[in-house]
This record gives sequence, C-alpha cells and structure tokens, in this order.
Amino acid sequence: MIAPPQRSEPPLVLVGAERDVAASALHADLRSLGYQVASLPFDRVGERPAASVAVLATEGAIVACARASEEIRSSPEDTVPILWVVDPPDLGTLERHNGLFDDFVRLPYATPELDARLRRLRRDAGGADPEVVRIGRLEMDPASYRATVEGRPLKLTYMEYELLRYLASRPGRIHTREAILRGVWGYDYYGGMRTVDVHIRRLRAKLGQEHARMIETVRGVGYGLLGLG
Amino acid sequence: MVEAEREFVLNAAEERDIRFVQLWFTDVLGQLKAFAIPVEELPEALTEGASFDGSSIDGFARAHEADMIAMPVPRTFQSLPWRPERAGVARMFCDVLTSEGEPFEGDPRLVLKRTMERVRDLGFTAYVGHEVDFFLLAGPDDPTPVDSGSYFDLTPLDSANDFRRGALIYLEALGIPVKDSHHEDAASQHGVDLRHADALTIADSLMSFRLVVKEVAREQGHYATFMPKPIEGVQGSGLHTHVSLFEGERNAFFDPTDEYHLSKTGRSFMAGLLLHAREITAITNQWVNSYKRLVPGFEAPTHVSWGARNRSALVRVPLTKRGKESSCRLEYRAPDPACNPYLTLSAILAAGMAGVRGEYDLPPEMGPDVAADAKAGRDVGLPALPESLPEALAAMRESELVRGVLGDHLFEWFIANKVAEWSEHKAHVSRLEIERYLPRL
Repeated sequence: MIAPPQRSEPPLVLVGAERDVAASALHADLRSLGYQVASLPFDRVGERPAASVAVLATEGAIVACARASEEIRSSPEDTVPILWVVDPPDLGTLERHNGLFDDFVRLPYATPELDARLRRLRRDAGGADPEVVRIGRLEMDPASYRATVEGRPLKLTYMEYELLRYLASRPGRIHTREAILRGVWGYDYYGGMRTVDVHIRRLRAKLGQEHARMIETVRGVGYGLLGLG
Repeated sequence: MVEAEREFVLNAAEERDIRFVQLWFTDVLGQLKAFAIPVEELPEALTEGASFDGSSIDGFARAHEADMIAMPVPRTFQSLPWRPERAGVARMFCDVLTSEGEPFEGDPRLVLKRTMERVRDLGFTAYVGHEVDFFLLAGPDDPTPVDSGSYFDLTPLDSANDFRRGALIYLEALGIPVKDSHHEDAASQHGVDLRHADALTIADSLMSFRLVVKEVAREQGHYATFMPKPIEGVQGSGLHTHVSLFEGERNAFFDPTDEYHLSKTGRSFMAGLLLHAREITAITNQWVNSYKRLVPGFEAPTHVSWGARNRSALVRVPLTKRGKESSCRLEYRAPDPACNPYLTLSAILAAGMAGVRGEYDLPPEMGPDVAADAKAGRDVGLPALPESLPEALAAMRESELVRGVLGDHLFEWFIANKVAEWSEHKAHVSRLEIERYLPRL
C-alpha cells in the first residue's frame, strides 16, 4: 500500500574535518536529517563534489578549518554556504575568522538546531524550492512552512508542522517514538514520549477524516507516513 | 531552533491572514490576561517581547517594577477559531520577564516549568489529565439552570447538546485534546475530560478551555461558570486531576503483582499527596466558595483518604485494565476548576514527588463508609481537609513544601491576598443569618 514518494534526490552535504569524520556523530546526525553526506579531510576539500552546504568541524584545529573555508571560497563560481561546528575552546578565536563561515553551531549542538540552520543556509543560497515534499495529496514547503492537503492549507502549530515534516521526509518507514522525539523535539524537552502521541492525534484531527489514515500507527513500535489518499 | 520557530510564526501569520496577535499570560489567581498587538509588531515581539504595565495585574505589582515583558512562546501560536477567517486573530502564551529580561518569579508558568524540571531531575516524566466540571446558567447574576438533564443523558431535554458540539469544534481547532464530554449529575452541569499530556500543555489547555467554554456559552445566550459551588444543595464543580509518572516508555506507577497494581513509586507518590494534602489545599481550592463544595454528601472529598472504588476519597486509584499498564494513574479529587492550573499542578506534583523522594509509606486503604460517617457527623478517624479558606491558609503558612514550590515572592503575595479575601467575607452578614437570627434574637 505504500505509494512511492515523489521526491528529488536527498541534498548532498560536504563534511570537512581535520580527522576522519565518517564514523562521527556529526556524520550520523546529518544522515538522520535526510542528507547525503560526503566526508573529506581539510586538505582535500578542494576535490569536493557539488554540495548544497559545506559543514566544517573545527575540532580544536580552527586554523586548518579556516584554511579549508578559504579553499572553498577561492573558486569564484562556487557559492556553497559554509556552516562551522565549533568546539567551545575554539569560540574564543572565532571572531578572527569572521567572513569565512555563514553560520555556526557550537558543540554539543541540538540536532533540530543543526537542521534549522542548514535549511536556512540552503534557502538563503537560493535554488528554487528544491525540497518541497509531496506525498499523496499532502504537500509541504519548508521554505514557507506551508502544508496543504488537496490544496487546503493545514493550520498547524510549529511542533505539528515539524512532526509532519519529519514523517513526510522519511515516508514509508515506521519510526519509533523515541527517534521521533529526539529528531523533532531534541533532547532537552521534558514532555516525554507520550508527547508524540498527543501531537500525532492532533495532526490526524487536522488532516481530516479522509486523510488521517496517512499516518500509520504500529502498536508498540511507532508511527510512519504512507502515501495514501 | 528558536529562529525557525519565529520564522514559522511569521509565515503562519501571513498565510492565515492574521491581523492581531493576542499575548496571553496568567495572573497569580489563575485569571487569563491578554493584550493584543497588530501583526506588524510581531517580528519585534518575537525577539524582544512586548512590554506591559504589571502594576495592575494580581500578584505582579511591586512598587519598583511596574514595567514587565511578555515574551511569546512561538510553539503556542494558534489562530482563534471564533474570530473571522479573514483578518483573523491568533494567540500565543507568554513567559513573563522583568524589565531586565529575567524570568519573573511571580509568573505561574515559570513555577510549573521549574516543578517539571525537578520531576525530570529525578528521572521521571509526569503526565496529567483533567476532568473539568462547569455549569451553564442563565447569566452571571442569575444561577438558573438552562436544562434539566442528568449524568450521561442524551435527550432533547439536553438543550446544551449544541453547546457541547460547538465547544468541541473550537477546542479541536485549538489543538486541545478532548477525550470525552458528558452531562454531569446536576441540572445544567457538564463535564469534559482533557486527555493526558505533559503538565505544562494541560495547564495551558485549561486556560484556553475556560475561555472557549465561556465564549461558546455567550454565543448561545448562556453563561458558563467554573465557580466551585454555584448552586446550594447540588453537586459542585470539581477538577479531578489524574497523574502518572513515566520512566521512558514505562509507567513507573504500575506493578502487576500488587493488589492495586501500584508500584512502590506509585504508593510513595500517593503517600506524599496524602501527607501534604492539607498544606496544598489553599492552592487547589483557593476561594471562599471552594469550601462549600468540600462538604459531605456530594461526592467531593472531605477527609484525607484513599481508595480504589470510593468516590468520596481524596485520592482514587482507578482500576488498571489488563494490557493497559500505560493508563495506571492516581486521581486527586480535591481541586476545583476555578484554581490556577499552573500552581495546582505544581503543588500536586511537588507533594507526590516529596513522597517518592522520601519513600513515604502508604497508610492502609480507607473503607467505603467515610462519606456516610462524615455526613452523619461520626468520627471517621482520619485527618479532615481544611473546612474553610482561613484553615487552609493556616496549613499552607506552615508548609516548607508549598513555600519551596511557589518561591518566597508568590508565597507571601498569595497568603496576603487570600487573607484580605477572607477578611471581607468574615464581616459579611448573610441571608441565612438574617433568616435564622433576626426573628429570634
């Protein structure tokens, strides 16, 4: 019953670091946010594929990180936005490298924050709505925070929107409540896992009777979005 | 994150054709306060908050800090369903800050957030659900019932069916999780169950709920009241509060081997509620009128008691159905719907958690005769709940627990305000006194 989602390829993120980051938490978090990830050490960022964002981790090697940024910026035709992931000890010298990054997050970052900043950078960098998500008759435009079903706008709260976007950008799969809570609310939330149930219920109510079944419950496991309706 | 939330609100306001945004907050006595800003001022309000004069708000006024800031919480942005679709109105709940931008200690929402953090620090998440009772009457100065239905009636007599339907539509639109709505025992009395959620969501929901109910009643030419005992001789309105604690996915109150299916944590939580019940009653039942509900014979608690089936017990243990461990919970039956929900939930959680932390022992279940004995004036062998506001205030004044929950500022202000309320009432000569005494004395 799962209709194939009509989506473009997941966007590519270039991750640069002094050491190998392929196994790091950053790498895994970016994948969990739905990105393709290509990792390169700082001295090879010049060989990068055409990424939509570059994420560089300072890792106590802020000077090398700055050089990598300069390398990326050195090709005039490439305007890929750059996000730095900054170790707290590196914050003191961050000021000196102003202009070499478009935004930064500090460690430990909250995954939703990383997500929000990446999306904003990509949006500001232009590119015509590459990631409007369409599943069945549901359409979500992250650039305008607009969600519609059969063209009817849904009046969602911020958290309802984020929850629906989380499910819609990973369709046809069931996600545990824990994964949803971590991915949508982040760690520092005191509502607990049943918060997810509460929001799912509200989302179904707002989707309306005919479309409420788009959100599937697998008892004891979690929730997923199907391409029904 | 915060930035994405702000952007969401700005986009939603534009897309939904919002012209004004109401900023909501709550005074110490639980009254909803609001002021509206035009949508053009929204971007600034979202980053810097909006100033207002706190000196006219109950519990906020302090000579040297009249200027306060309402900082909207973007996640609570909702358009108001009873306002026009076009050129509409939305609302956001606000945190209250001092003019220096510090959290204001008189803000009830802050008190509840602080309490929830303490619960979390002990490794738990608390979930809460409410049963809210209220009356639909002819008007604010005329307590005549508008129907004569009774519990779970669904007949043409129940002219208020339209009312409940109208209210449910608005509540759904506001994202307020309603589980059940029914006619309560008394004529014109209604009960609505708000589904369990985290305590802050439920407290915010009750604030919205009271407004929605009053709004729909007004639309239909009635008056809705959450007064604890508006009509003598019939049931009053309660706010039965269901609480459970979870550790991750696991209900920490549940133990299948126990007679009541209650774990040690569940038992200690209940013991905490019982031990501190008298101290928190001034918070859960904060008006002179509240104590006219807490009398024998109307299914309201009068003594510090617990039981599985006893509907006049202070704490009830609803039976947990097989395979429904997650619904294992305790029901605290003293509060009334005219309370401040932020402070009430804070007091209940703090009392229960004191029991968990101190591993209090639970006294044995009380027999089903407490209500009958109390009504007949027999000694029931249990501590009584405070019978009046001054008695409740006396118990609260001695309570380190309540002082710790509210913080010094709120604690002192609350007692002073309530002492003043009582002074007025104690000097009042009632109709009953004239009828009884004037002919004889």
